Amino acid sequence: MVRHFLMNLLLAFTWVALTGVLYYSNFIFGFAIGFFLLWLMNRNEDDQRYFNRVPKIIGFILYFLYEMVKANIQVAYDVVTPKFFMKPGIVKYTMEAKTDFEINMLSTMIALTPGTLVIDVSDDRKTIYIHAMYMKSKEQFIEQIRERVERKLLEVIR
Amino acid sequence: MIDIILAVFCTIGALAILIAAIGILRMPDFYLRLSVTVKAATLGGGLFLLCAAFYFPEEVSVTTKALAILFFLVLTAPVAAHLIARTAYLIDTEQWKGTIQDDLVGMYDKENHTLHSEIPPQNLSGEMEPESGPDENKR
Repeated sequence: MVRHFLMNLLLAFTWVALTGVLYYSNFIFGFAIGFFLLWLMNRNEDDQRYFNRVPKIIGFILYFLYEMVKANIQVAYDVVTPKFFMKPGIVKYTMEAKTDFEINMLSTMIALTPGTLVIDVSDDRKTIYIHAMYMKSKEQFIEQIRERVERKLLEVIR
Repeated sequence: MIDIILAVFCTIGALAILIAAIGILRMPDFYLRLSVTVKAATLGGGLFLLCAAFYFPEEVSVTTKALAILFFLVLTAPVAAHLIARTAYLIDTEQWKGTIQDDLVGMYDKENHTLHSEIPPQNLSGEMEPESGPDENKR
């Protein structure tokens, strides 16, 4: 997995050096070509984790940006219109994430989604307390976070 | 083509920051203000930085700096928001009357500020009952 990534990076740098054009777009193009070549060469190998993971990460980033923009529009609508539609509250959320890195990524994602704010992580690292702006019911909010954010995140980084 | 993308990104970023500024004035309590401001400012600043990166495609140093700033912005803004919110909760900042739920009541240890994931046993016996009473009236 790490070996494949380093190889891909090396191929990208080789592409940049050979074409002699040090732009980011060129680097990304070289990275894509290197990825394709590595995939071709390793099609019959057992270790396919790297090739499955890179498209997943890209898809996840795009999905996250889409969710972020969507939620931003909702909050913006509430800020601009005179009536408040929000139902704020603090919810206890039991995490499936275990390690420090997973908790860090999860709370960063929750914090960057508009309308939700991580207040604190409990000391035994089992739950986080989320301040939510839009909460129809507690169960529904927890379900939404679990399905839309945590499952997808853990799928990518585990 | 690239001009259109830049114009769209800059407009969205400026609008996001404007709405964050209006949100600070309009939101009824501290947590809502915080929660409106941090995200929108991150989104707006991030879009501006992306615009800078797109506008100077020939200058690798500018793009690198823009991407580095974007990375650290995304990394640090949630941490700052979390610490501010935690401090605000610890000093009992008032919540809006429309707040429908507060799971954090009684979870903090008042002495050393440790946070429990379950209701601590010493609070279970008598303290929870009177605590939930006045809390209901406040809302």
